[in-house]
Amino acid sequence: MVQCYPARFDASFAALADVTRRGVLEQLGRADASITELAGKFRMTLTGMKKHVGVLEQAGLVTTEKVGRVRTCKLGRRRLEDEAAWIERYHRLWNARFEALDEVVEELKRKEKTDARKKRK
Amino acid sequence: MHARKESDSTPVKKERTTVERSSERELVVTRTFNAPVRLVFEAWTRPELLKRWWAPKSMPVTLLSCEADVRVGGRYRFVFGHGTSETMAFFGRYLEVTPNERLVWTNEEDAGGGSITTVTFAEKDGKTRLVLHDLYPSKEALDEGIGFGEGLRETFEQLEELLVTLGARP
Repeated sequence: MVQCYPARFDASFAALADVTRRGVLEQLGRADASITELAGKFRMTLTGMKKHVGVLEQAGLVTTEKVGRVRTCKLGRRRLEDEAAWIERYHRLWNARFEALDEVVEELKRKEKTDARKKRK
Repeated sequence: MHARKESDSTPVKKERTTVERSSERELVVTRTFNAPVRLVFEAWTRPELLKRWWAPKSMPVTLLSCEADVRVGGRYRFVFGHGTSETMAFFGRYLEVTPNERLVWTNEEDAGGGSITTVTFAEKDGKTRLVLHDLYPSKEALDEGIGFGEGLRETFEQLEELLVTLGARP
C-alpha cells in the first residue's frame, strides 16, 4: 500500500477542514468571485480572506487570476479531476502496452518452439 | 502443425498490472509475463519488437518512428503522432543494459525534470516478473509532472464526493 501521500493531497484535506473555506468552495461552486466579494460575504477582512484563498489555492482546490487590481477566484476542481484521471491513464497505458507485449512474447515463444522442432529434424 | 499443439492449449491468464507510488519521488509498475525472461527481454530491446507494443492500438497515438540503440550509452528516440499534424518525441539514453536482468534509461524530453526508468526482469517457474521504476529528481517533479500514484484514487473519489455535496458544480 502507498504510505507516502503527496503533500498537495494532505493540503486538500487540511484545506477542507475549515468551515469558512468549505463555504468559499460552496460559493465558488455557484459563481466565480473576487477576494473582495468573498471577504464581504463571509464578513472578513481582505487579509483574512486572502489567507483562506491561499490555503485553497495551495491545495489546488481554487485557482485565482489577477486582472488589474481584482483577483478573481474560481474552483480548481478540474485540476483534481485531471490528476485522478492521469493515474487512470498511466495505469491504462501500461496495461494496454503489456497486453500487446503479451502477444509479442507469445509469438516469440511459438517461434522458438517451431525452430527447435525444425532443428531436431 | 504438430509443434503448436502442446504449448498453446491452456488459455493465457490475464495478468494484472499494478501501479503504485513507492516513495516521494518514485512510481512503480509491476507485471508478470507467462514467458521465459530471454523472450521478454528480447521484446524490450529489439526496436522492431518494441515498436509493436509500445504504442498499443487502444492508444490514441501512432508510433511514427522508434529508434533504440540498446547498449550502455546508446540513445533512443520514439516519435508519436496524434491526429494529422501533432508529433511528440520521447528520447534519452541507456545507462545500464544487463541482458535478461536490467535496463536503465534516462528520459530527457522534460528539460531538467526528467525521470530515470529502471526495468528489472526476474524469471521464476518459466514466468517473468517485471518491475519498472520511474525515479524523479525530486518529489516536486513527480507531483507536478505526473500526478499521483494509483493508491490515491479511492481517496480522491471521496474528496470528489465531498466537493459535490458541498455544491461544487462540475
